[in-house]
Formats: sequence, structure tokens, C-alpha cells
Amino acid sequence: MQLIRCPWCGSREEAEFHYGGQAHVSYPENPAELSDAEWARYVFFRDNPRGPFAERWVHSAGCRRWFNAIRDTGTHDLLAVYRIGDPRPEVAT
Amino acid sequence: MTENVRPLPLRPDSDDLPEHPSFLWRNPDPKPSYDVVIVGGGGHGLATAYYLAKNHGITNVAVLEKGWLAGGNMARNTTIIRSNYLWDESSGIYEHSLKLWEGLEEDLGYPILFSQRGVLNLAHSLQDVRDSVRRVNANRLNGVDAEWVDPQQVKQICPIVNVSPDVRYPVLGATYQPRAGIAKHDYVAWGFARRANEFGVDLIQNCEVTGLDVVDGRVVGLQTSRGNIRAGKVALAAAGHSSVLASMVGLRLPLQSHPLQALVSELLEPVHPTVVMSNAVHVYVSQAHKGELVMGAGIDSFNGYGQRGAFHIIERQMSAALELFPIFARAHLLRTWAGIVDTTPDASPIVGLSPIANLYLNCGWGTGGFKATPGVGWCFAHTVANDEPHQYNAPFTLDRFTTGALVDEHGAAAVAH
Repeated sequence: MQLIRCPWCGSREEAEFHYGGQAHVSYPENPAELSDAEWARYVFFRDNPRGPFAERWVHSAGCRRWFNAIRDTGTHDLLAVYRIGDPRPEVAT
Repeated sequence: MTENVRPLPLRPDSDDLPEHPSFLWRNPDPKPSYDVVIVGGGGHGLATAYYLAKNHGITNVAVLEKGWLAGGNMARNTTIIRSNYLWDESSGIYEHSLKLWEGLEEDLGYPILFSQRGVLNLAHSLQDVRDSVRRVNANRLNGVDAEWVDPQQVKQICPIVNVSPDVRYPVLGATYQPRAGIAKHDYVAWGFARRANEFGVDLIQNCEVTGLDVVDGRVVGLQTSRGNIRAGKVALAAAGHSSVLASMVGLRLPLQSHPLQALVSELLEPVHPTVVMSNAVHVYVSQAHKGELVMGAGIDSFNGYGQRGAFHIIERQMSAALELFPIFARAHLLRTWAGIVDTTPDASPIVGLSPIANLYLNCGWGTGGFKATPGVGWCFAHTVANDEPHQYNAPFTLDRFTTGALVDEHGAAAVAH
């Protein structure tokens, strides 16, 4: 089982966490002006890279707080964790 | 006691060894140019190549596979074949596929161990029962064999299922599709590969696509680890890696790739006569011809391309299996593995044209692509040959995510994804 570093609680087993998908996807600023294609991109389309991926996790069985992580989807290596609201850190890959 | 111990056999004469089986296909080097290049040498890619040749007379075709033929999800699925999907669009393509399965062994001239042993989809709550009965009625209206069976009938069909009311999630009944079943996944792939090869299709292994050449909005060729190849048309059938390929031409797909784990037990005497799937107590189980119990469950939650998953997923799967089949308590786990499944927001595939001319998409089959192998090969070949979708894949466009015409099989499809 993989260990995930919660920014508040430290390393815990993966089973304590839930996954939240791609990070840094913000609600459209002008929703009334969006075309169908733009809505589709917001609702249904997410990045799906093989390699470093900024994503959200929540420590459901711990502090219950959300945070962001950068994880390599090819190797499953956790490269960085950071708090919601912080900018995406640079990681060496 | 010692007189019963036989000496180790000496190295046998080569005369005693069985003949090496003849090779089922050539291993050609890529030619500079093809009419159609299919990316992905799994079940879908091989079936597409076969039907392009057989139904449309298109044989100047290459199938490019970055590893070995049928070594991805085709080697990693749980081989369940059924067509009892809720929506008309889904039952259209899956029932087309099931009808092809029923004649496939004869068509390919190759044994595939297709066994129509039926599938039970168990219901564990009042809502499950209502949804299941609705699905049975929808299936019947679409000409798909389906019936609702009560717990005692479940017990008659599969005596080892625990139908006691004293469990956390009692079996309240099930849907039953008698024509459903399993097949030997490797043999299916080899059967398609052998026949495609006979038609002159080049099956090129260890050939990874590293780039797609697009000129004026039209795909004209591919860059690969074995050189550049010009192509009249390019058909993508790369399952979990579809997003990676599409990103080479700046095309974004509504896919998320996840590990999906499965496992087998040691070889056991025949105990399980059918296929049992449970949505609420999440596991699906059948017994392979050889004797292993073959089980699968849900995806690992995170995006991943690593072809391995977390052990707590296996633990939950095992506890679900034991809830339904207490007899499995002492069976040993032999092996677990994972494949990479490309899931879509509506749990239905994307099969059809792309925004780039002469580039065709077959992806998004998520956790359920094996059963569709002959059906999607048939329809995707039609799409590539005619530059327009077959009636059965016409609903499964990329632009349904913009128009809103989703085919929402989440939950409706008899198993959670």
C-alpha cells in the first residue's frame, strides 16, 4: 500500500484518503457567456497525462482536509504535496 | 516408501518433445506506407484489422503494437461477455457483438472456448430490484434474452451463492442472461491475428508510436520506434493510452486512465457453473475452463498508467467474494494484476470520427471492452472504410459531450464502473 504525505498529518496509508481528480480546475468566471463547447470542456474534459499530474486528495480518515499533490501517473511516485490555494510547485522529473 | 520415489527424468530426447506449434502470424518489418494503420494490437485493433479485410477488402493494413500482441488489457480482463445493458444504444452494439461471438469460432476457424454459461447480476436492495427489473424489461424490448429470477432460482442456477437472509447484503434476486458467458481471451486475440495475417495484414510488434503527422488538418503518417510510416488513414485502438496518443496531435479526450485489478485463485474442481456479478457487494466471479476462479472489481481511484494497484482494493474484493461465496474461504490467491482502463464521464465508449480528417477514435471502453471485441471490430472497420460510423457506433461520438446526448450507463449497465 502506498504512503501519502498529508501536509498536516504526515505520511499515512493510501486507504485513509480519497481521490479528487485534477487540481486547479476553477469554476468558469463568466458562466453565462460560455458556449456549449466551453461548458463541455469544463464539465467533462480533464487532463490525463502519463507523467507528473497535479491532483487533489482528501484525508478522509484523518484530518478530513483537502490538499493538492503532484504525482507521477506512470510510476505512482508522489513528487510533492501542497496546500489548497498554494501555486503548483516545480518538481524535478 | 523409497521404492515409490521415481528418479528425476533425464533430459528427454528431442524426439520425445512435441513439435513447436506453427507460428500463427508473420513478424514483418514495417513497410514505408499503408492504406490503414491501426494503433494498438489488442483485441479491438486485431478485430478491426480482420473485419477491414474480410468485410471491406482493405488489406494493405498494419497493426502497430508497442509491446506484444494482446499483452495489454486483452491479457488482463476477466473475459465476461454479455449484452444486458440498459440503454438502446448500448444494447445495440453489445448485442451485435454477442451475435458475432456466437459464430466467431466457426468464422475464425480457431477455438476460442466460448462458453455461454449465463450471467447473474445480483440485486441486494429494493432499489437494486427495481433497477434490475426495469433493465430486464428494457433488454426484452431490445430482443436481448433476460429474465428476473428470485433467490431460490439464483440458488438453482449457481448453488454456491449464499442466499441466506442473514447477511449484511442479502441476495434479493438477480437478472439472468442465459446467452452470456466467457471466452479464452488469448485464443480470441490469436484467432483474429491469424486470420488478419492470412489476409495480408502486417502485425508489427515492439513498435511504439511516438508521433502523428498532421498536414492541413489531415493525418498522413506516424512516427514510430521502428521508423516513419505513411498512412492513408489512422485508427486508434490503444485503450488506456488513448489520451497519450491523442495529445500528440493536441486532441483532448474526455478520458481518465485508471488501474483496474483482477485476480485468480489456484486451480479448483468445477464449482462455479455460471458468471456472477454483484454491483452492491462489488465483485464479479467466474471459473475459467482450467479451474481458476477469476475475479474482478472496481478501479483504483487515482489516475495511473502503472499497471498495478493497491492491495486494499484486493482485500475489499475478497471480502465481497466471501460474502457471496463462503465456500471460497480457503481458496488460495494465485496472482493479481492490473490493466489500464480509459473511463469516460458516461461510462460509454467513444467510437467514430475525430476532429482530424482520416484519424479515427476507438477508446473509452473503460472496464468493459472485452465483450465488445468482435462488435467494435466490425463497426470500427466500417467507420474507417466508409469515413462514417456504422449504425451501432453512431451514438458513441466524441461530440456527445458537447451536445449532451450522453449514453449514461453508470449504474444502469448492471455493474458499477
